[in-house]
Amino acid sequence: MTTTKNWPLWEVFVRSKNGLEHRHFGSLHAADADMALENARDVYTRRNEGVSIWVVESKNITASNPEHNGEMFEPAKDKVYRHPTFYELPDEVKYM
Amino acid sequence: MSEEQIRNLEKQFEERIARDEKIEPKDWMPEKYRQTHIRQMSQHAHSEVVGMLPEGNWITRAPSLRRKVALLAKVQDEAGHGLYLYSATETLGISREEMYEQLHTGKAKYSSIFNYPTITWADIGAIGWLVDGAAIINQVPLCSTSFGPYARAMVRVCKEESFHQRQGYEIMIKLSSGTPEQKEMAQDALNRWWWPSLMMLGPTDAESVHTEQSMKWKLKRKSNDELRQQFIDQTVPQADLIGLTIPDPDLKWNEERGSYDFGEIDWDEFWQVVKGHGPMNKERMKARVGAWERGEWVRDAAMAHAEKKAERKEKEAV
Amino acid sequence: MKKSLYNYILGIADNSLILGQRIGELCGHGPSLETDIACTNISLDLLGQVRSYYQYAAKIAGDGRTEDDIAMLRKEREYVNVLLVEQPNTDFAYTMARHFLFDEYHLLFLTELKKSKDMTLAAIATKCIKEVRYHQRFSSDWIRRLGDGTEESQNRMQAAIDDLWTYTDELFHQTDADKAMVSEGIGVDVTKLKNAYYEKVNTVLEESTLTIPESKYFQKGGKMGIHTEHMGFLLAELQYMQRTYPNMEW
Repeated sequence: MTTTKNWPLWEVFVRSKNGLEHRHFGSLHAADADMALENARDVYTRRNEGVSIWVVESKNITASNPEHNGEMFEPAKDKVYRHPTFYELPDEVKYM
Repeated sequence: MSEEQIRNLEKQFEERIARDEKIEPKDWMPEKYRQTHIRQMSQHAHSEVVGMLPEGNWITRAPSLRRKVALLAKVQDEAGHGLYLYSATETLGISREEMYEQLHTGKAKYSSIFNYPTITWADIGAIGWLVDGAAIINQVPLCSTSFGPYARAMVRVCKEESFHQRQGYEIMIKLSSGTPEQKEMAQDALNRWWWPSLMMLGPTDAESVHTEQSMKWKLKRKSNDELRQQFIDQTVPQADLIGLTIPDPDLKWNEERGSYDFGEIDWDEFWQVVKGHGPMNKERMKARVGAWERGEWVRDAAMAHAEKKAERKEKEAV
Repeated sequence: MKKSLYNYILGIADNSLILGQRIGELCGHGPSLETDIACTNISLDLLGQVRSYYQYAAKIAGDGRTEDDIAMLRKEREYVNVLLVEQPNTDFAYTMARHFLFDEYHLLFLTELKKSKDMTLAAIATKCIKEVRYHQRFSSDWIRRLGDGTEESQNRMQAAIDDLWTYTDELFHQTDADKAMVSEGIGVDVTKLKNAYYEKVNTVLEESTLTIPESKYFQKGGKMGIHTEHMGFLLAELQYMQRTYPNMEW
């Protein structure tokens, strides 16, 4: 029996040390999740780069479409009142 | 899309790159940009993977345990770098298997330097020192190339490769300060690897077809000839320092230019190797194709097992 | 005592050296890039362990020989690794089966060696055991994948297990150095590991839908320096530089 199915692509997220978030490190191929974890360990943490790994099959990621970036992200640009610098304070108040 | 719309998009696209904005995989991009990147990135990945072979040739014969682990780690890094680069290329909509197919059928190229044989231990030193040295000169500028996944892969590659050249040069130091026989071995390796290393930086600017476009897309920051000069200027003093002679009678310091003048490169040899007729082209492909074919039943079995496992899990859940 | 300890260390180190050399041969030729990288990691682990052992052995021998002299300049009859680890990479099933059959032993062995009265050996064992736990996980996963994969992979894995089975019993033979070191509280009594070993191995084989070999005929000799015909070629490569260019530094 020969299948022509290739090992699917997985995305690898690594926490470099406790206290930091998992960050996208790259991708790799693996037949299943267990193998993906092992491969991720061997490929992406050879130099002691990690203390925790997440893997997710690439096809399970839903990504926003850059063509919609206008309506997706630009409306947030002018909401300056969400930032502390929008508010005026008397000079006497040094820390707030 | 009308032609005018496309022209417009292309203009905006070029402007983004000029502003040093990165292009990400899902962004609109001209088809030529996509194809050029697939070509260059997959070539780069192939070079890493084929590059494992000449050095891998010495893993079992490394002269000491310390050298053996260093070499293993280096060749393993090359596998890793191939993997990062294949993954980055896959974001452009081509699969790793398709890229392998292109490599195995000779459609895709890889760096021709790897078509030379490694016949002595000193060749391992020479490759690390010269070939990795030339590669670094090529690769550092790519860390700020315009395509995001490529730039990120290169940042990782460059960081990891910093030990490779040192590893090679250290081997050469040891040999040239060793017995006369060892020093001769080092000189012989330098003699054989010097010219191919210069060729590795690509044809002269006059003959290079892709340069202008590549500069615009930041796939290239300097021309081949500039890179070659940089490589020579940095390497000659390193050879002097360890008492080895660069095998070029025309090599001499040019005070005015502040650079070394050097002799004629045998471009016929370069093109012969590029066209597939170097000393090891056939062997290298045989090794790659062989590994891939011998591995097929293993990869199939892993998939079949994964499917069985998933099915069992589903049944349990019911 | 010194001589026994020295021989005892070689018995441990030679296994890792020869296995590390074997798996290192695959670098660049594995079934996928990812697998290549993983196998190389295992080779690097083993060769790292080897260096610690030989450095310690060199210190004990105290005759000016270095780790490399000990690793690369003995005659074939002076290597005391088990026959199992010198078997060739016939195909990926053999490579993984050889690993698995050794890893299960290695893990049990190091668990005991951690308790050694010899502080250096105990410290090396403590460091190595984490590496070997991963090797065991890696190789047993591959036994399951190939055993319970396709018909072809099952046939190949069964053939590999059947062929290599004959080398498993030797793992539990005691050498003179073993006996001396066990009585000193330094060495591991390998005879006591046997039942646990076959239990663990059999469990994985069963999970992998493989048949546990029934053969009662076993090969031995490696621990006495009597090797299979493969060993000479392996050493020819391992020793090539040291033999061709004697007394040089690299």
